Amino acid sequence: MTAPALTIRGLTLSRGATRVLKGVDLTVPTGQLVALMGLSGCGKTTILRTVVGLEAFDEGAIDVSGVPLAAGALPPGAALRALRSRVGMVFQYHGLFEHLTALENVALAPVYVARRPREAADARALELFGTLGVPHLAKAFPREMSGGEAQRVAIARALAMEPPLLLMDEPTASLDPARRNELGRSLEGLIAEGRTLVVATHDVDFVLDFATHVVVLADGVVAEEGAPETVLKSPAQPATRFLLQSKGPPVAPRPDATRSLRVPIGKAPLF
Amino acid sequence: MTRAVAAAILLLAGAARAAQPDPGVLRWGGDAEGGAPFVEADPADPSKVRGFDVEIASALALGVGKKPLFVQVAYQTIDQSVARGDFEIGFSGVEDTPQRRKALSVTRPYFEFREVLTVRAGDASRFRTLSDLRGRKVGTLSGTIAYDTLVAAATAQGLEPVSYDDDVHPYEDLAGGRLDAVLLDHVLAARSVKRVPGLAIQPGAVTTGRYVGVLARESAALRDRVDAILMERMRDGTLRKIFEKWNVWDDEQAAFEANEEKRIALTPLPSSPSRKSFSLVLLYLPSLLKASLVTIVLSCLSMALAVVMGIAIASGRVYGNAPVRFLLTVYVELMRGTPVLLQLFVLYYGLSEFVRLPAFVAALLGLGLNYAAYESEIYRGALEAVPRSQLEAARTLGLTEGQVLRLVRGPQAFRLALAPMTNDFVALLKDSSLVSVVTVVELTKQTAIFATNIASWALPGALCAALYLAMSLPLSRLARRLEGRWRAPSA
Repeated sequence: MTAPALTIRGLTLSRGATRVLKGVDLTVPTGQLVALMGLSGCGKTTILRTVVGLEAFDEGAIDVSGVPLAAGALPPGAALRALRSRVGMVFQYHGLFEHLTALENVALAPVYVARRPREAADARALELFGTLGVPHLAKAFPREMSGGEAQRVAIARALAMEPPLLLMDEPTASLDPARRNELGRSLEGLIAEGRTLVVATHDVDFVLDFATHVVVLADGVVAEEGAPETVLKSPAQPATRFLLQSKGPPVAPRPDATRSLRVPIGKAPLF
Repeated sequence: MTRAVAAAILLLAGAARAAQPDPGVLRWGGDAEGGAPFVEADPADPSKVRGFDVEIASALALGVGKKPLFVQVAYQTIDQSVARGDFEIGFSGVEDTPQRRKALSVTRPYFEFREVLTVRAGDASRFRTLSDLRGRKVGTLSGTIAYDTLVAAATAQGLEPVSYDDDVHPYEDLAGGRLDAVLLDHVLAARSVKRVPGLAIQPGAVTTGRYVGVLARESAALRDRVDAILMERMRDGTLRKIFEKWNVWDDEQAAFEANEEKRIALTPLPSSPSRKSFSLVLLYLPSLLKASLVTIVLSCLSMALAVVMGIAIASGRVYGNAPVRFLLTVYVELMRGTPVLLQLFVLYYGLSEFVRLPAFVAALLGLGLNYAAYESEIYRGALEAVPRSQLEAARTLGLTEGQVLRLVRGPQAFRLALAPMTNDFVALLKDSSLVSVVTVVELTKQTAIFATNIASWALPGALCAALYLAMSLPLSRLARRLEGRWRAPSA
């Protein structure tokens, strides 16, 4: 058995007087698609941010494929670089560089961080656009893309650095069901290549269709975890039941639902 | 709200009424900055003025049966001010020139002055006349007969005239070594050698001139009454007493008055040939173009300094630690919160004891350091406007902080900053006119000199505006093109 791609032990983090994480334990085996679920504000995004070294934490330990992260301040430059060669992140609102084309967005880090030749970086970027179904976007600027297109360019950008572990924050938030399924199949393709994915999401159907493992967070700790079928179909914990119940009855898609892909900040679906 | 507006209108109406001339008052204009013995703030009561011009104005007001009322006006704009009716008569060591006689009603002269050379005492034996000063810098007050004399001598004797906006700093710069001589009237020279040690006045006048009162052209009737009173006061010895009191009475003045008392008509002046405006443009255009070059070079260099320093300050305020941020904030607030005119004075005159900056360098530093504060605020705002999500995305990709700034944050901030930067550059182009206070003759100063020479602002002003527009419009266009290229790239 290979070593886990990510191990989190006793992770706690406070913002001011609020304890956001109260001792999270989590193991992500290599080659899995792990879904992190929980109500808004339960700390899903915070966990992803600590793993990728954007936020320091108070107690506990994190190990990303052999790179340890200790509590306290963020590690110095060299350790941070080692960490970031092993983990990539796709942000909910993509964070594409507005002044660069899709191709330049994707090739930037390979050229300036990994010091690859520009031709090789461009070729790899175009290859990724092909795999993700957006080959026509190479010359497009972020403002010219729909939410779903920007999403896939952001995934291509993270993948271009070939991180074994990829974190994604709400990847389906700006997608209609058809695009969501397309994304799911792309992610399955990444798993098949041997990568590990951790996806923070509210999308129960997405988790049921594509995740290999689900972790439910509540009140700053892991409330329940296991196979999606088991956890989501017959939840053992009240927190999970509450999560599923507040999903509400299924709603028929509006006629314009496929056109309006972009979700403005602050208007993301509550669930 | 409505009430406040109504109150403001009432106040303005009151102010407008107050501006109407009071029939019992003779308003006379002078520049108290010019100082004693002409007009100065009374050391005993700085709200009052004193000096021989003050006493002559009072004698005249008494003569026409009115109360004198002093109006403060900048020496350089006395002519324009009296012409537009700010006061009835100007008295502040105003020189009798053909241009003034043409544009205004000029009184008979009441004082004859000699333009004298002042040099450092050690140079007294080698710099006796203008012709001894070939290749040397000679300072004077701009817009005066002395300045015209120096400009003429620049061609004939090969000296370098330096124009000042006031008559105090030329003598200080002479003592400090920035100048080799000062040419000004003997009253100013005598006053200045008392104040600044180590200077000597050369005997013998380079030229002579006369002080007159100036009135608006349409006030010829009042001027005639004033002339009669002046003549009367000369004959009864009142003027002599006033001049004696202020220590400017001498044999030459006695001879001048003896001569004037006999004279009915004004002394004729050698008249300058009258020219058509077209030939005037041709005459002055080369010097205006040269001054434009000073303006554009100074503005470009100052802006370059402001941009480089602005980037450094903005980076320090965004990335620096607390003490660095504090110091930079102090710098920005100090430079933004005090007038650039004051900063120029401090750089050029205030620091001259420690470091004697050349005028152009002081002007460049003054404008550059001041605008750096404004630029840094633009860049800081622009840096902070780049979304944090992009910075975090760049960090998770493994870019160092330096790379994030250089590749992601900087380029986007620059685009955001471009429009306000252009705006500042255009503002700087015009603010560069302030540097005439440190003796740099740029476009506005040259225009003022031109306007003094022909006693009219219309043509010089139009030329000056055209030249400024010719410099600023291409700038705005260039900025728009750059913005256009970067905002909507080959989409």
